[in-house]
Amino acid sequence: MAMEGLRPIAEIQFADFIYPSFNQIVGEAAKIRYRSNGEYTCPLVIRTPYGGGVRGALSHSVSIEALFYHVPGLKIVAPSFPDDVKGLLNAAIDDPDPVLFLEHKKTYRLIKGEVPDGHYTIPLGKANVRKAGTQLTVVSYGLYLHWALEAAQRLQEENVSVEVIDLRSIRPMDKTAILTSVQKTRKLLIVHEDNKFGGIGAEISAMVAEEALFSLDSPIRRLCGPDVPSMGYALPLEEEFMSSPAEMADAMRAMVKF
Amino acid sequence: MAIKPEAQSKVSLERHGLTDEQLVAILRTMLMQRTLENRGFQLNRQGKIPFASASEGHEAVQAGAAMAFERGKDILVPYYRDLGLALGIGLTPYEVLLSLFARAADHSAGRQFPHHYASRRLGLHTISSIIAAQLPHAVGAAFALQYSGETGRAVLTTFGDGATSEGEWHESVNFAAVHTLPIVFLCENNEWAISTPLSKQMGQPDVFKRAEGYGLPGGVVDGMDPIACYAAVGAAMQRARSGGGPTLVEAKCYRFLSHTTDDDDRTYRSPDEVQARRKDDPVPCFERLLVERAVLNAEQVEALKRGVLEETNDATDRAEAMAYPDAADLYEKVYAEGWEPWTV
Amino acid sequence: MATTDLRTGSLERHGLSDEQLRDMFRNMLLQRQLDNRGFQLNRQGKVPFALGSEGHEALQAGAAMAFNRGRDILAPYYRDLGLCLGIGLSPFEILLSIFARAEDHNGGRQFPNHYSSKAAGLMSFSSILAAHLPHAVGAAFAIAYRGETGRAVLATCGDGTTSEGEWHESMNFAAVHKLPFVMLVENNEWAISTPLAKQMAQPEIWKRAAGYGMPGRRFNGFDPIETYAAVKEAMDRARAGEGPTLVEGTCYRYLAHSTDDNDLTYRTREVVQERRKDDPVPAFEAVLLEHGIVTPEGVAAMRKDVLRETNEATDAAEALPYPEPTDLYKHVYEGAWEPWQS
Repeated sequence: MAMEGLRPIAEIQFADFIYPSFNQIVGEAAKIRYRSNGEYTCPLVIRTPYGGGVRGALSHSVSIEALFYHVPGLKIVAPSFPDDVKGLLNAAIDDPDPVLFLEHKKTYRLIKGEVPDGHYTIPLGKANVRKAGTQLTVVSYGLYLHWALEAAQRLQEENVSVEVIDLRSIRPMDKTAILTSVQKTRKLLIVHEDNKFGGIGAEISAMVAEEALFSLDSPIRRLCGPDVPSMGYALPLEEEFMSSPAEMADAMRAMVKF
Repeated sequence: MAIKPEAQSKVSLERHGLTDEQLVAILRTMLMQRTLENRGFQLNRQGKIPFASASEGHEAVQAGAAMAFERGKDILVPYYRDLGLALGIGLTPYEVLLSLFARAADHSAGRQFPHHYASRRLGLHTISSIIAAQLPHAVGAAFALQYSGETGRAVLTTFGDGATSEGEWHESVNFAAVHTLPIVFLCENNEWAISTPLSKQMGQPDVFKRAEGYGLPGGVVDGMDPIACYAAVGAAMQRARSGGGPTLVEAKCYRFLSHTTDDDDRTYRSPDEVQARRKDDPVPCFERLLVERAVLNAEQVEALKRGVLEETNDATDRAEAMAYPDAADLYEKVYAEGWEPWTV
Repeated sequence: MATTDLRTGSLERHGLSDEQLRDMFRNMLLQRQLDNRGFQLNRQGKVPFALGSEGHEALQAGAAMAFNRGRDILAPYYRDLGLCLGIGLSPFEILLSIFARAEDHNGGRQFPNHYSSKAAGLMSFSSILAAHLPHAVGAAFAIAYRGETGRAVLATCGDGTTSEGEWHESMNFAAVHKLPFVMLVENNEWAISTPLAKQMAQPEIWKRAAGYGMPGRRFNGFDPIETYAAVKEAMDRARAGEGPTLVEGTCYRYLAHSTDDNDLTYRTREVVQERRKDDPVPAFEAVLLEHGIVTPEGVAAMRKDVLRETNEATDAAEALPYPEPTDLYKHVYEGAWEPWQS
C-alpha cells in the first residue's frame, strides 16, 4: 500500500506480537528506498503499544525499541505526552519513510493533558526539555519519563536541580539536545524501561563518551530494566522489574552528590 | 491446452487471440531471456561479475505471462528468477546488464544483486532475495488499487514452489481472498527450491490445489507452453481487473541450470535427470511450433536470434563501459533526507 | 460416522463406557465452573485478568478423552482450560495460574490459562498466536526421529490462528515429513473481535488439508462424543505412523475474549443468545439423562462436587504466597542471568 501511494497506518497490538513481522519491517520496509535507489519508498506508520506495569505478563509487557533502533532506514518515535502524540503522529504520517510509533500502554489511561485543536506537527528527531535544571541531565522516554519528572520534582523540593529531557524520537535521536544539556549539568543519567544491555541508553552513553567525555564530572549512569526476558505476571515479579519514582530519585541524588 | 508441436496440426494451433506479431514477440522474449541469462553466466565465468542467477526453463511461462500484463496499468511484483517476465513488460537488455554489472545507472544504483530489478516506470516492484517477502507487498499494492477505487488494473505476483512453504505466502493468499483483491498469484513451479526437491517441499505436488482452502479459484497450466500460460494468466488478470478477485495459477516448468553461479546442482540431482527434461525445453519447442505453423520461417528465426545476440552484445558493452556508483553513494537513499541516526 | 444428535437425543457411544461419558460431562461442568471462577475473581478485584472458554467444553472434553496420558504430547493454546483439565491438570493448578502463585508451574510468570506441565506432557505456550505450532511439529519430529511409535502430538488453535504464517509452515512441514501430529482447530467463529467472514474467504478450515496432502475432516464440536471419535481416529492414525491430520471442530465463543474485552462493541447480545440454544453443557446433560447414564440426583451431586472442588482450590491457591522478587532473575539461562561475564 505504501509503495503504491497510500499512507497506511498499521497497528500491532501489542508490541510483543510484532516479532512475526520483523522481516517485513526490518528486511523490507526499511530497505525499500535504499534498494530501489529511491524509485520506490515505503511511507508506513506502525503504531504499537509497548511497555509494562499493567500486569501484562511475559507477552503483553515488552519494550521492543532496542530490537529496531539498530536498523537504518527505519525511524522510531516514542512520545510520552498527549500533545506530542498528536504532533508526532501527524509528522510520522507525513514522513516519507517508515516510522515505528511506540505508545506506552500504561500512559493511555494514566497521563492526561491538553491537546491543541487543529492540525499541527512536531518534527521527528527533536527532543524536548520537559524540566530545566542545572545539576544533572536525565534522558528518558515513555512511562519512565513521567516518573523521572516526578522524581525530579521531588528533588526540586530538596533544592536539587535536575534537567529532564524527553527524547520523543529514538531514531533519529537529538544529539544537540543531549550534548547541550550534558555540557551544562556535567552529569548524565539515562532512564528507560527496556533491558539495559544493548539498550537505547548504551548508545546515548557511547555517544556522550565520544563527544563530551571531558565535560563530565561523574560516570554516566543507566537506570534500566533488568536483563531478563520480561516481567512476570505475579505482582512481585512486575514490581521487581519496574523502576519507581523513588528509585529514580535515589539515583538522581546519588549522582548529584558524586 | 498444452501444445505438443509434434502432435498437433497447423489448424489446431490455439492462439487465444494472439496475433502472429505477438507470437513472434513471445518467442523473441524467450530467446532474449536465454541469451541474457547465458551472458550472466559467461560474465561470471570470465571473472567480470561475481554472481548471476538462472531462469532457464522458465522462458515460456514468463513470456506468456508478460503478454497478459497491461503496460502502464498493471503492477508486477516478481521474484529474482523473473528475467523474462521483466523483459516482457518492458525492461531493456541494457537495464539487465546494468544490474549484472552493478553500475551506477542501474535502477538500484548497483546496490542489489543481479536480477533484483525495480522500475517505477514499468510498475515493476523492487525485488528482495528473501523468499515470499514480496507477497505482502503485492497484496498491499492490490489493496491500494481496490482502496483507491481503481478499476481495470491488477497486480501480478510470482514466486517459485519453495516460496509456497513460507508463512508470508499463506498470509498473503488468505488476505487477498478475504478482501477479494485484484491480484494473480503465479507460481512458477520448477520442482526445485535451490537443492530442495518438490517432494521435500510439499506433502502433495500441486500448488494450485491449495486454492480451494482459501476460497479462491486455482488452476494449473503447462509452464512450458507460452500460449497456455498467456491464456491462463490473461484470464486470471482479466478477472482481477474486473473486480472478480484473486486467482492462484500454477505453471509447471523446470529449472535446467543450477540455482545460481554459486551453486553446483550435481551435488543434489543427476545430470541425467536434467537431460531427460531437456526434451521439453520450451525455447526450441516454441520455435519449432512457430516454424511448423508458418508463423515464422527458418530465415526469420535466424534473423531473430541474430538480433537478440547483437542487442545483448551491445548492451553488454555499453553497460560494462559505465561507471560504478561512487563510494559516497553508500550513504544515499537511506532516508528521504540524510542518513545519520543523530539529528543535530 | 454416526453421530450423537444432541437435539434428538440419539446416542452413538463410539466405544465409550458410561463411566467415560460421565467423566467427560464432569470435565465440562468443571471447565465452566473454573471459567466462571476466573471471571468472578477478576470482578472481585482479586486477579487482574481471566480468559473465557465457554462454548468449548464439549470439544475439549471429547478431545482430552482421545489423549493418551503419559504418552501423547499436548501443545494447546490459551483457551484450552477443559483440555488441560481433561489430560490431568487439577483445579488447584488452574487456580495457582489464575492467582500467579509461586507454586504455579510457571512460577507465576505467565498469564492465567497459559499452563505447562512436563509431567502431563503439556508444552509451555505463549500468548502469540500460532507460535506454539512450530514447537508442536518439532515435538512430533522428535518422536519420529527417535523412531518411537504409539505416541502423537495433539496441537490446538482457534480459527484466527489459521491465518498466521506459522500455522501454514507447521502444517506443511508436518505433511512433508508425515509426522505423528494432529492439528485440532477449535473454530469458535471469533478471533477476539474479528469474525470468521473477515478471517477466511471460505468458512471451512478442514478444506485446507488437501492442499497440504493430509486428510482433513470437520465435526460438530458441540458434541463431545463426535469430537472424541474424530480426534481419536486422527491420533490413532498419527500414533501408527500414518501421518498428520487436520480436524476442525465447530463451536462458539459465548463470552468476551477475556475480562479485558467487551464483546458488545462488535457483536450483539441477541446473536450470542441465539447460539446459546446449542450450549453443549446442558445439551449433553440432557442426552445422558435421557439414556439413563446419569440421574437428576447424580447430576446435582456432580455439580455440587465440582463447586466444592473449585471452592477448595480457590481457597488453597489464594492462601499461597506470590513468588519472591528475586525469582525474576531465575531461569533466564541455565546458569547466571547477567549478560556480562566477569
